[in-house]
Amino acid sequence: MMSRESMEYDVVIIGGGPSGLSTAIKLKQLDSNLNVCILEKASEIGAHILSGNVFETRALDELLPNWKELNSPIKTKVNKEKFLFLGKTKSLSWPTWLLPSVQKNHKNYIISLANLCRWLGEQAEALGVEIFPGFPANEILYTEDGSVKGVVTQDMGIDKDGNKKDSFEPGIELLGKVTVFAEGCRGHLGKQLIKKFQLDKGKDPQQYGIGFKEIWEIDEKNHEEGLVMHTAGWPLDNNTYGGSFIYHAENKQIFLGYVIGLDYKNPHLSPYDEFQRFKTHPDIEKIIKGGKRVSYGARALIEGGFQSLPRMFMPGALLVGCDAGTLNMPKIKGSHTAMKSGIIAAETINEHLKENKDLSIFEEKFNISWLHKELYHARNVKPSFSWGLILGIIFTGIDQILFRGKLPFTLKHKHADHDTLKPANQMSKINYPKYDNVITFDKTSSVYLTGTNHTDNQPVHLKLKDPNLPINYTLEKFDEPAQRYCPAGVYEVQKENEVNKFVINSQNCIHCKTCDIKEPSQNINWVTPEGGGGPKYGNM
Amino acid sequence: MKILVAVKRVIDYNVQIRVKEDGTGVVTDNVKMSTNPPDDNAIEEAVKIKEAGKATEVVAVTVGEEKAQETVRKALAVGADKGIHVQADGILEPLAVSKILQKIVDKEKPDLVFMGKQAIDDDCNQTGQMLSALLNWPQATFASKINVKDNKLEVTREIDEGLETIEINVPAIVTCDLRLNEPRYASLPNIMKAKKKPIEKIVVSELGVDISPRLEQLKVEEPPKRKAGIKVANVAELVQKLKNEAKVI
Repeated sequence: MMSRESMEYDVVIIGGGPSGLSTAIKLKQLDSNLNVCILEKASEIGAHILSGNVFETRALDELLPNWKELNSPIKTKVNKEKFLFLGKTKSLSWPTWLLPSVQKNHKNYIISLANLCRWLGEQAEALGVEIFPGFPANEILYTEDGSVKGVVTQDMGIDKDGNKKDSFEPGIELLGKVTVFAEGCRGHLGKQLIKKFQLDKGKDPQQYGIGFKEIWEIDEKNHEEGLVMHTAGWPLDNNTYGGSFIYHAENKQIFLGYVIGLDYKNPHLSPYDEFQRFKTHPDIEKIIKGGKRVSYGARALIEGGFQSLPRMFMPGALLVGCDAGTLNMPKIKGSHTAMKSGIIAAETINEHLKENKDLSIFEEKFNISWLHKELYHARNVKPSFSWGLILGIIFTGIDQILFRGKLPFTLKHKHADHDTLKPANQMSKINYPKYDNVITFDKTSSVYLTGTNHTDNQPVHLKLKDPNLPINYTLEKFDEPAQRYCPAGVYEVQKENEVNKFVINSQNCIHCKTCDIKEPSQNINWVTPEGGGGPKYGNM
Repeated sequence: MKILVAVKRVIDYNVQIRVKEDGTGVVTDNVKMSTNPPDDNAIEEAVKIKEAGKATEVVAVTVGEEKAQETVRKALAVGADKGIHVQADGILEPLAVSKILQKIVDKEKPDLVFMGKQAIDDDCNQTGQMLSALLNWPQATFASKINVKDNKLEVTREIDEGLETIEINVPAIVTCDLRLNEPRYASLPNIMKAKKKPIEKIVVSELGVDISPRLEQLKVEEPPKRKAGIKVANVAELVQKLKNEAKVI
């Protein structure tokens, strides 16, 4: 083992998203003398952030009550809402008064979460937080008694065979009195912590979705700034959980996206192609016709909610935001909840450092917070959709409108997402239409828009536990679904001299983590590539 | 020996450039910005020369808006000793930048000035050459190898015909090619130290330089989209199409 330089902080935060930044800001507000740093794998804060996003300001109101005076990028208030059920060519508009109150957005704002994070980053730096973009944390450090003592940053300048290049720069140890893991959905260190400390003991299996987002600049006459529209139904069948969003933001832009539950069963399903196909619906096409697609991205999101939420404290560390899974699924919002979990984490840490209280007080604080209440009331919505769209909607109506989430029972999530695929020969193939390069596009030109790059001569950061499994097992049984669930075309099965070969184009990886979640044998392990790699999202 | 290195903040090379709808320029809002890649090579070379004991000080300078000082900060994190940020907003043409750099040279009195061979945003490839003329110093452009010898530099240049090696007297201007070296990564401790290194701020108006643009930009537009290709059945059809449709043979 090589000796590494180390740096000591009071608090080391892994991940510069809403939860990590909120933790940092709150810590400095509580005690400006605390030394706090944030490690971020992207080349700058915001470059790996992707979200719808209709933003509820509740947590921000608590964190920075004067945000309106601080030139925050929260400008477009929601002024109109629509909900459509799509058939193949027709649509049915659902009256918004019949929507559960959690899906009403009139007090919320249409924002770019990436821009919000950039701005939160500036606020944090102004308070004295050290932010290090381009430095992924790739290993957890433990003390002899087994508690977390910090992380090691990624070594830089290693070639694809694992040898040191001339530019080699060893990672360094960042040691914190408390380490906060805020990596977002399916953090690769969070995953290790959940396993090591059995944080998910007694909880339901975690549930995930994959979310796509495109930004379009559209014709002025189709643009209604402040309009929020959601759809359910076509092109998905009744048994696949998902839906779309279309948010009319400023500057004639719309944020157009699609979310599909990763508990889908048909290995022939391609989430990417469902999204592309969705745009060809007459009611959607008419909005984007004549417009121009300017951005693309995808990211897994966490949907398990209350039943799947792991314990968020452990010796020496806390797990916050979507690294744990605080997203509110019926609200389709995770930013305010992630931020609130960060605020609670900061309060916990401050008392831990000052009054020597155990980090387990996080749970007490969480249990009396509005965050707990929100997630508790939302808990039955997602599992009810395992009965199909129609029954799910009927149940959700009863649960959310009549009982406001207070039904005296809790539905369970039964399966982990990697367990849900049926064998390929038992499921029907799906013929997706060809891309027209006007409103639908292939994966290559989509990935091009993400600005994704990884230094080419570096180890592959998508590790196969068994390198032969994709061809020997997964291809035959599931028609290797990685070819379809990856939104960036990283995985391909190529025929070379009549022999199938599994190819990993890791340089295209947009860090969505879907493969790590959905691979039926859990054979793919996503680890951090060299710092600064991955997408360079703008206002996603 | 003292080396002055000029660095420029440009749109990151991985970002897909978008033209503004009104044709007045390209979109820079919420776009990842970085140091112009060959400027990184220029900094790296200067730091290497210093590490080899052949230079005593490396000063990084940039000209541009407030955020441009990030590029200076980055240069400080990989080994520059001191930074200068000349604050200037709006369009800066190579002539304006070279006149500003001339003033900085007068003030700092370096023996060498390094910079990238060209910036990836405007692709002008002029600033080094203009500065050379203004200072009446020798220049070595497109350097892929630099050898420091007492009061001379031996520089290998990447030219169309291959490699050309020349010898020039110091003081001199060198513009750097991407093949010159592999820039190092900034380590975390060095980034921390760089935050404490001084950056001198100069407002461009203090320098008494006329930076008004000499060029009138008429329009910025995207290159035409490449049309989809077609498949031909045989060579005869290909020849026929090249002759009659494409009219290239």
